[in-house]
Amino acid sequence: MTLLMMELLSGALFAIGLYGVLARRNAVLVLMAIELMLNAVNINLIGYAAFLDPGRVLGQVLAIFVITIAAAEVGLALAIILRVYRNRGTVNVDEINLMKW
Amino acid sequence: MASLVAFSFLAALVLGAGLGVVLTRNVAYAALFLLVTLAAVAGIFILALAEFLALVQVLIYGGAIVIVVIFALMLTRIEEFSKVRDNPQKPLAVVAALAILGVLTAAFLQFRPAVSALRGASLEEVGKELFTRWAIPFEVASLVLLVALLGAFLIARTGVDRDRDGDAPPEGGGR
Repeated sequence: MTLLMMELLSGALFAIGLYGVLARRNAVLVLMAIELMLNAVNINLIGYAAFLDPGRVLGQVLAIFVITIAAAEVGLALAIILRVYRNRGTVNVDEINLMKW
Repeated sequence: MASLVAFSFLAALVLGAGLGVVLTRNVAYAALFLLVTLAAVAGIFILALAEFLALVQVLIYGGAIVIVVIFALMLTRIEEFSKVRDNPQKPLAVVAALAILGVLTAAFLQFRPAVSALRGASLEEVGKELFTRWAIPFEVASLVLLVALLGAFLIARTGVDRDRDGDAPPEGGGR
């Protein structure tokens, strides 16, 4: 296993996540695709921490913060989605046009 | 050599299950594919000698986030479980994803730093760094989590639904 392999894996996973974010209609599925993108970033951070950083720690600390923020984001976003579903009867992102001018 | 075989297997699992997440029509299958992807990413962390991160990944992603996502799926649109449709802008999404894949791959192939041998950090080192140099961001992160939890609780609270059926809830006088 080399650094390049981890980099390419993270790039491919990021592209898959981006496709999901752009192509899905259900807001929960969009959130799952965002999770994929965050995981791609984490793979990259861990790869750099293990192969490049002299202290070997910085990437892991940053990845811990990424996971923390991801947890907060998922909790809050799902609460918002539940609320929107209760008020509007849909979770499709192209039908939620409340803030569309 | 063994690590190469394990990495190839885990990478195939990550990419295959990731494609399953974004391509399947059934949202319940998408959640299960997400679980497989996250577990395989934890395996990759172990191969990169980041055991603590693998543990955190399994606990937080596999244990908490996937469960919350499945709860959200159960509470919204359960009648349309097996026939979810995608955006009409799907071809453009394919183009954008391929473009970012090409850019990232080209950048990674171009950027060839002098790598050293694979070496992991012990849990002790990570903890020391986290509680000395990164102590203030750590505390801020805990505050962010607290605020996000309270906000989620407040937003998702039941009973204040005046938009659709008009009648105010009996106990919701506080807002």
